[in-house]
Amino acid sequence: MRPSIEKFAEKSFLLSALLSASITIFIFSFMFLFSLPLFRGGKIVEFLKLGWNPYDGKFGVLPMMVGTMIIASFAILIATPFGIGCSALISVFSQRNFGRFLRKLVEFMTGIPTVIYSFVAIFLLVPLVREIFQKGTGMCVLSASIMLALLILPTIVLFLTDAFNSVPKNYLSAAEALGATPVQKLMYVIIPSAWKGIISGLVLAAGRAAGDTMISLMIAGNALQIPKGLSDAARTLTSHIALIIASDYESPEFKSIFVCGLILFVFTMLIVLVLRLLGYFEILRER
Amino acid sequence: MKGGITVRVKLKVALLSIFTFLVAGNPLVIAEDLDPFLGVKGTLRIAGGTAHIPAMKEAAKRIMHINRDIKITIAGGGSGVGIKQAGEGLVDIGNTGRKATDNEIKRYGLKMFKFAIDGIAIVVNTENPVVRMKKAEIMDIFSGKLDNWKALGWKDRAPNVYTRDASSGTRKVFWKKALKKGKITKTANFVKSHGAMKSAISVDPYGIGYISVGYLDNTVASVSLDGVSPSLENVRKGNYSIARGLYMNTKGDPSVLTRLFIDYIMSKEGQKIVVEKGFIAVN
Repeated sequence: MRPSIEKFAEKSFLLSALLSASITIFIFSFMFLFSLPLFRGGKIVEFLKLGWNPYDGKFGVLPMMVGTMIIASFAILIATPFGIGCSALISVFSQRNFGRFLRKLVEFMTGIPTVIYSFVAIFLLVPLVREIFQKGTGMCVLSASIMLALLILPTIVLFLTDAFNSVPKNYLSAAEALGATPVQKLMYVIIPSAWKGIISGLVLAAGRAAGDTMISLMIAGNALQIPKGLSDAARTLTSHIALIIASDYESPEFKSIFVCGLILFVFTMLIVLVLRLLGYFEILRER
Repeated sequence: MKGGITVRVKLKVALLSIFTFLVAGNPLVIAEDLDPFLGVKGTLRIAGGTAHIPAMKEAAKRIMHINRDIKITIAGGGSGVGIKQAGEGLVDIGNTGRKATDNEIKRYGLKMFKFAIDGIAIVVNTENPVVRMKKAEIMDIFSGKLDNWKALGWKDRAPNVYTRDASSGTRKVFWKKALKKGKITKTANFVKSHGAMKSAISVDPYGIGYISVGYLDNTVASVSLDGVSPSLENVRKGNYSIARGLYMNTKGDPSVLTRLFIDYIMSKEGQKIVVEKGFIAVN
């Protein structure tokens, strides 16, 4: 290849990388600038503390923050064991072809729109949950978490199978030579050495769970309370934005959703940071 | 022999359908209220209140049927969206289920056209036998004070309160006229349109919510209030108090096609559509 073409290719890749990075930074500054007026004069404390009642002049988003956190955490909690199980089946336990088929199936799952998940859940999951708890509408933290878990499962599984498959073959051979069963191989060789891949999978999945709108909007119930149990309805930051965006541009309600966006942004950043740190310490410990 | 009959029947059906097509498509046999649309071209965008949608859709269908050069799009979003999008020129007509506030009229230079009167019915699931309530009981249920259907003589289960999002004009009117600006419980579930409210109540045995009378059908049960049922008759006579006007809003004076549409809705045929869709005509 001629050097000039190569240089051109390099430059255009650099440009696209810069563009995507700058868009992230641009969005963050946009959110920050627009929520700045609400930060001034100590209003932010009010914002984090009070409940949401526009008719009373209260624009607190604490219930939504808690809602997002609880729903996303439960989704991860539900999805992780299933994810590990699926990935282990795909890359360790099953026949090569069957494993490949399963992986294709999971890849197909990533393409299902979230509105379809929620739609199906309204008819199949919500009535079931309502009858199990014998109270509430069935549109609650548990329903939303289960559907979100289903949504993020493919992300986790794809990351985990990649991580499991990239464990050096000679480790596995050594384990086999020592007479390890497949389960022992998984527990003592594969999972410990695929630790980093597992973390990145969970990071992405957590981000997706916290950022998804449609599922929580349609089946979490959108109530303004701070959820106290799995059967309580809750509102996430994302569905709050979706519910408020239609109000008057000049109203304080509308202005407050910039803060919601900012909080959501910081939220996902924190998740990434914490899990990255965990991975970092793990690497330090190994040395 | 048998084959011959089938062919003849098929021919008849074909002729009949051609005839129907000709009649339906022939501008000479349609009502005169649609005449002004002949020869007009253009696009009309409508958004906002979700109570309006059935009537708007029917009118749009008839207009587009006689003149294919006119395109009418109808979106929901709620009254807040209607005001905002009309005010910013994103749509030609912004529908609202409440009057625009003075502030909104001043800021955007809105013109209001009231074309129907609509009642807001309180609805419960069809399994729920509690279809007669007092106003105070409604207020107590929505505020969370009355937290068991048993108190009203039904099962030992908590009522699930459904309400609408911030953009809803229905919610504002309901809050003012039925709840007397009282509190709505924090455990209330939020839905985004009349259709969503109806489907939520129709699948939740213990649910209670409110929808436009125009949306009432046998999938939900309406509740009579202090002995007055939310029938069209009662709304028209003013016996049923939770009612409001349905409005179309334009930014400044409407353009030609917008004006024609508004005139059509106000015409005899347009007002007939309004009645067919379960509202009360204003003309």
